Amino acid sequence: MSPTITTSSEANGNVSAATARAAASAAASAEATGPQPVTMAKALNTALADAMHADSSVLVFGEDVGLLGGVFRITDGLTATFGEQRCFDTPLAESGIVGMAVGMAINGMRPVIEMQFDAFAYPAFEQIVSHVAKMHNRTKGTVKLPMVIRIPYGGGIGGVEHHCDSSESYYAHTAGLKVYTPATVADGYRMLREAIDSDDPVVFMEPKKMYWTKDSVDLGELRRLHTEGTTTGRTSEGRAAVARPGTDATLIAYGPSVPTALAAAEAAALEGRSLEVIDVRTIVPFDDETVCESVRKTGRAVVIAEAHGFASVSSEIVARVQERCFHYLAAPIRRVTGFDVPYPAPKLEKYYLPGVDRILDAVDDLQWEN
Amino acid sequence: MTISADHTATDTPSTAAPENALTEAVQKFGITVEDYMLPARHQIQMVDPDGSLKPKGEQGTQPGHEYPVPGDKELLEAYEQLVVGRRVNDQNSALVRQGRMAVYPSSHGQEACQVAAAMCLSDGDWMFPTYRDAVAVMTRGVDPVQVMTIFRGDWHGGYDPLKYKVGIQCTPLTTQLLHAVGVAHAAKLRGEDTVVLAMCGDGATSEGDFHEALNFAAVFHLPVIFFVQNNKYAISVPLAHQSVAPSLAHKAVGYGMAGERVDGNDVVALLAVLDRAVKLAREGSGPLLVEANTYRMQAHTNADDDTRYRESAEVAEWRAKDPVNRMRTYLTDRGLLDDDGEARIREHAEAVAAQLREGLGEDVPVDPQELFRHVFAVQTPQLKEQSALLADELARDAAANDSKEAGK
Repeated sequence: MSPTITTSSEANGNVSAATARAAASAAASAEATGPQPVTMAKALNTALADAMHADSSVLVFGEDVGLLGGVFRITDGLTATFGEQRCFDTPLAESGIVGMAVGMAINGMRPVIEMQFDAFAYPAFEQIVSHVAKMHNRTKGTVKLPMVIRIPYGGGIGGVEHHCDSSESYYAHTAGLKVYTPATVADGYRMLREAIDSDDPVVFMEPKKMYWTKDSVDLGELRRLHTEGTTTGRTSEGRAAVARPGTDATLIAYGPSVPTALAAAEAAALEGRSLEVIDVRTIVPFDDETVCESVRKTGRAVVIAEAHGFASVSSEIVARVQERCFHYLAAPIRRVTGFDVPYPAPKLEKYYLPGVDRILDAVDDLQWEN
Repeated sequence: MTISADHTATDTPSTAAPENALTEAVQKFGITVEDYMLPARHQIQMVDPDGSLKPKGEQGTQPGHEYPVPGDKELLEAYEQLVVGRRVNDQNSALVRQGRMAVYPSSHGQEACQVAAAMCLSDGDWMFPTYRDAVAVMTRGVDPVQVMTIFRGDWHGGYDPLKYKVGIQCTPLTTQLLHAVGVAHAAKLRGEDTVVLAMCGDGATSEGDFHEALNFAAVFHLPVIFFVQNNKYAISVPLAHQSVAPSLAHKAVGYGMAGERVDGNDVVALLAVLDRAVKLAREGSGPLLVEANTYRMQAHTNADDDTRYRESAEVAEWRAKDPVNRMRTYLTDRGLLDDDGEARIREHAEAVAAQLREGLGEDVPVDPQELFRHVFAVQTPQLKEQSALLADELARDAAANDSKEAGK
């Protein structure tokens, strides 16, 4: 019926699409135009389109992702370009979306599915925890689930109830899932392409307040580098980035907290304090090496996250750093996180979210000698 | 009206197909859409509990929609599988009592459903079973010992789902129905004529994923047969507490698909209905729901005590409807089965039972490093670290044991 749709080459299939993928990427890179202001939304959209071009087993579906292009427009134009068989709307049922994606991945596809908002993904939790995370292990690797669950998450947009949860800890706590969260426009492109290529299921957490963030980015160059990366096998997975170098203390952040941490470091610099900012990038797997190297160098650390602090990714980071860097620490590691309250109404959001002042206060508390 | 014999719909794009299929059916039979999709007024029963073939007019179908009796070869094969399935169920229950298996949810009494579910499919089709469907998985051709590995306790699964086109035996109720939908959807997008049979029980129809799966399959017009084994109990809770629908097959109409009720202890009727359902689905008629009216003859598992929630008289009533005895009488009366045939089949069943005793009697050594090996396709540094930690712990234990031995 649709001769253009084939089986994924890497997982559960037997038709090689790797050559086609490389060729398509190479062809697309011919129209590289140099660095331009690009939004995170555009970078993610381009990543989806490039992945669909490169591999006909990549399918995009979810709620309102077709004609509308998604409520955040991340899937804009994909149905027009690739047709209704490759980017389509489903009935409004998140468990159905994830469960159907599991079946599609079993049967040779690479589904990339969208959960409309963080707090709307919970009906799919059973599918994610009981099947997405466990299938590879249960079948001793016979059945791979190369699927990506995209989830817009976090606050900062004045969203009404159920539109601003920080749900990353639920997924990070679940063995068998990889959890990526980009904090730059370039990473939006790079990491989404890598997530789609991955033979492991990836929960791809998109900081929704950053959808409209612009960076100067050369998408053509990123596309070319991605193609090179697929041949060298070098990816972002488990590799944190030093977002800003510094010497006095380390701010460890991910996703939507990275720009906040960078702003705090900028403000601290004016006061003569040099803060290093680490962007975690992939929560699972976690890059202990880069994070601990920084903390051993500075001797002080603050972990920043929008999510509630209790039993969270931020508490895990503190525990890991403490276990590995205890003798290098000049002060207890501090955390600046959301309070342990349900996500607040828009007018209370600013009191809840970690901000520059609260971060600087925490830095001030790091037992400086003078 | 239901799953009619002569109705076929061509496979058209998913958005238009359901309406087209229905319009065609409605025009053909001069009935309403709802009438077309509603199950027949009675369950389809072709061979009665005494083993006699019922007259055409009394099999539960509407005039013009009768099901043909499956061929002799198919019926004999079904009987053989029934006997093997019964023997496997009882062998496994014994192995649980002997501590050779951790648990076994027996399908004793439901063997006709198990056998028909596997036999109606072709090699390229897929099946998505539940934890109680081990006999169906075996009938599909999976090695019996591999099937039972999940209950032996050394790994959460023993067979390769891709090789046999059988999903993992699923415990969280109805979650596998959505996987069936996805497998069918992927096949349809590639233009393959795969049919997927998705299995669940009566209690499971209360779950949210049951609804989502039926709706997705109908909206995307996918070749999925939802096969509900209504065995009357969800552990202890009877059907009346799950649903007050006229029947579970009636649920289909709400999703825009046809439903059918069939005697789940009559393997002739099951094969007839499922064979037609598979044919229709393969021809592009979209999903169908088949409810099999059967009974769980034993407790939920060995850990359950069914005397707490049901009367032995009720169990006895169903014993009289046994699917294996019924089929034996029917085939013997028709002259298709004689003493030699019966003996050969019994021998086959005993051989499978012996294979299980041997395979599950073995103490399979477990490798602790397997804990880490299969979590991801690309392992994380954290798991490598934890794997080394365990290896070190085991090495120290081994060294301590060695020196203890040496000191004796």
